[in-house]
Amino acid sequence: MEIIEKLKAAGLRGRGGAGFPAWQKWQMVKDARGEKKYVVCNVSEGEPAVAKDGYILEREPEIVVEGIALAMEAVGAGKGYLYLRKDYFDKYKDKLAGIVGGKEIEIAREPGGYLGGEETALLDSLEGKRCEPRIKPPFPPQAGLFGCPTLINNLETLYFAAKIDKGEYKNTRFYTISGDVPSAGVFERGENLTIKEVLEKTGNLPEFDFFVQAGGGASGTILMQDELDIPLSGAGSIVVYDKQKTDPRELGLQWINFFIRENCGKCVPCREGVYRLREIFSQEHLEPVDIARARDIVKLLAAASFCPFGKGAANSFGGLLEKLIKP
Amino acid sequence: MKITIDGREIDAKEGQTILEIAKENGIEIPALCYHPDLCVKANCRMCVVEIEGIAAPQAACATKIKEGMKVVTQSENLSALRKTNLELLLGQHRRDCAKCVWQGKCALLKYALELKADLNAYPLRNPEPEIVKFGPIILDKSKCINCRNCVDMCSRQTGSKRGDEAECKSDGFLEIDGRGYENGVKPSDDGKKDCIYCGQCIVHCPVGALDVESAVDEVDALLKDKKGKTLVVQFAPSIRASIGEMFGIPYGEVVTGQLAAALKKLGFDKVFDTNMSADLTTVEEAKELVQRIKESKPLPMFTSCCPAWIRYVEFYRPDLIPHITTVKSPQNMLGSLIKTRWAENNAVKPEDIVSVSIMPCTAKKYDAFKPEEKINGLAPADFVLTTRELGRLLQKNNINLKDMPEGTADDPFGVYTGAGTIFGATGGVSEAAARTAHWLITGKNLEQADLKNLRGIAGLKKAEIEIAGIKLKVAIANGMENVKIILDDLAKDPKAYDYVEIMACPGGCIGGGGQPLPVDDEIRQKRAQGLYSDDAAKQIRFAHESPAVIAVYDDLRNDEHKIHEILHTRYAQKGKSEIKK
Repeated sequence: MEIIEKLKAAGLRGRGGAGFPAWQKWQMVKDARGEKKYVVCNVSEGEPAVAKDGYILEREPEIVVEGIALAMEAVGAGKGYLYLRKDYFDKYKDKLAGIVGGKEIEIAREPGGYLGGEETALLDSLEGKRCEPRIKPPFPPQAGLFGCPTLINNLETLYFAAKIDKGEYKNTRFYTISGDVPSAGVFERGENLTIKEVLEKTGNLPEFDFFVQAGGGASGTILMQDELDIPLSGAGSIVVYDKQKTDPRELGLQWINFFIRENCGKCVPCREGVYRLREIFSQEHLEPVDIARARDIVKLLAAASFCPFGKGAANSFGGLLEKLIKP
Repeated sequence: MKITIDGREIDAKEGQTILEIAKENGIEIPALCYHPDLCVKANCRMCVVEIEGIAAPQAACATKIKEGMKVVTQSENLSALRKTNLELLLGQHRRDCAKCVWQGKCALLKYALELKADLNAYPLRNPEPEIVKFGPIILDKSKCINCRNCVDMCSRQTGSKRGDEAECKSDGFLEIDGRGYENGVKPSDDGKKDCIYCGQCIVHCPVGALDVESAVDEVDALLKDKKGKTLVVQFAPSIRASIGEMFGIPYGEVVTGQLAAALKKLGFDKVFDTNMSADLTTVEEAKELVQRIKESKPLPMFTSCCPAWIRYVEFYRPDLIPHITTVKSPQNMLGSLIKTRWAENNAVKPEDIVSVSIMPCTAKKYDAFKPEEKINGLAPADFVLTTRELGRLLQKNNINLKDMPEGTADDPFGVYTGAGTIFGATGGVSEAAARTAHWLITGKNLEQADLKNLRGIAGLKKAEIEIAGIKLKVAIANGMENVKIILDDLAKDPKAYDYVEIMACPGGCIGGGGQPLPVDDEIRQKRAQGLYSDDAAKQIRFAHESPAVIAVYDDLRNDEHKIHEILHTRYAQKGKSEIKK
């Protein structure tokens, strides 16, 4: 069976956050017409509380490189990129260079911050341009790096593609667990487990009143204790918060600093909306008028921001405002 | 294909965006960063619309239509989103409406009224002006909403963007600075990049964050207290077809008579018409072209009447200097005549003349004060006002062009031919020069003065003109993005063209950086039509037949030395100008 068929049979979905079926993306790039094609392994891993790509890179970099080579062959790409966030680049570049050997895989350093993880912003930064998202369509499988069909996969996706090829895939994924838990860390567990089961199986299910942020430590979804009987979606992280000890306004402020820092500034909802959210959350007390303003901004971010970054902010702040900060 | 917008079935062409189709069909969708001259950037997010089958609203400017698409442009939800979005933008825009180049007619205010937005929903991010000046251009960062129209435009004017490329660029003199909420526009520190003062950033800014240094108050004060000076004014060809817009006169309506009367009412002692010196420029330029051909001097010959183009050459491409005609721009030619021959003939001391010119252009503010342009130590114009500034000066003095009777410009520089008036539209200089070159070479006038293959506001036109067996390859480019195509052609084949007419602004002077707002192709088209109808209505359509031009040559006794001294100039490589904060 060829690899794309294997990916389909295994039901592997992208592990970057969007959860798009991996085989379909590979097929699109394979079918796209173009003299040159590229494969990019995205190791931007910019969200707070997500550390699984680094975990894999530390332990099994060979498998990752295998996955990239496998993808390049499958889609007909002459060149691959291993796009690393700055600290990963500094730490692993030599080791990775050794593993890559003579393969046409370039080890590239991410210039900006989080937004470099957004597919099209990543492409612009690889092209040496300002790291900002592009208008879609065209999508990267049609016209990506230098206008050529490009497969962009998260590191974990390519890691598991290699595992699937070897027949070693057991429907697992990597969970980064942190927050008010006894044993924080990265765990490989079944991908179909509910969030509650993941916490149980890792010995992290609290006995006190708590809530979690799942799928990213800034843009992830807020889930209350009774909402955990669903599998994890988004980026592979679960952060547990002790409800008694957590001030929702301070939590919002903690996220906002991330969104302020990593924002590209291109579109109004994200640039101005996030700026005003910080203004609002920096006040000691939130008045009803502030909460109403914040709600309007969140609605705008969800509906009208240019790229998923702003929608991510809407996701976490929406939950915060609806579930934790009552009007 | 067929699509539905707000319940209306509409025929549309594949490849168009929702915003374009809506505009064509009179359906208005709010948009700030969209301009038909520019790339789609989709950053202002005002144009979000609902599309059946797609959960989240989509930006109409960036969404191409599909067969059967059902679009909703107005709904309670969309209004709420747009209102929040606009209020955020208003928090970024220091409002200075009374002084603004948009005179209260900007889209920001219009949408705010429509959406009943709270202008003060958020405290201003930047409550004080934050000014950056380069040449005569002023950027006030406290008004900028980061739409990047100016950056896009500047990549066309001074960056690498060519008119035949689709990709959006941002590598001109105006660049994007910083990240996140701190990102904004800044003039480049790169020593290899400089402003050419074309002012296209001004006419493409939706919120008036860019403007040009104003001389309105100084001129107004002088008109009220002349201090013993003689105030002489000239107005450029294109003004007559554009200034009416500021007084509710329809696009393209030619108001030469009202304008002359209004300038007199303002108190100018003499009102001259730059069209007269455009005629003179035509004759001198045609003479030079014929001479260059006959004496095998450097070809192609480039026109010189556009000062932004000259600034481009002197800064970016000094190697082209030998190819530029030495004939002065019409403004400086007339200014020089005023301060030499006219002064002498009328027994007025040149130092006692205040020469004011009304130009469609922001670069003319630079052009008039270049050291090479001085005549006997004096600048050809002491004050340059843009079309917009003259509109303001008239408004300030309660003069409504609409109510003015028709007057006439004064002798000896008030009479013009059809050739001079079309200088204001792209292709006009070439047409005027070709008419006269034909006469110079054959001794006869063209049977048909209209050279329609040189007309139209297309960015790039190429034509071959044959005069008595001499074949002239002519290229006409407007907008620097199209000029770059011609320059690239010439780099490959130096003999690709013999005569090249260049206007830095889209459409030529009728689309100039000093012209009234707003501007787009439709408006430029109408202004150009106004000038061509003015030409067609003229009894004399050949520059060399202008009685005023003939009188100048008589006055100069056809002395080539004198002609050169007063009517010609020189060029020199220029360095980067200072950026003042």
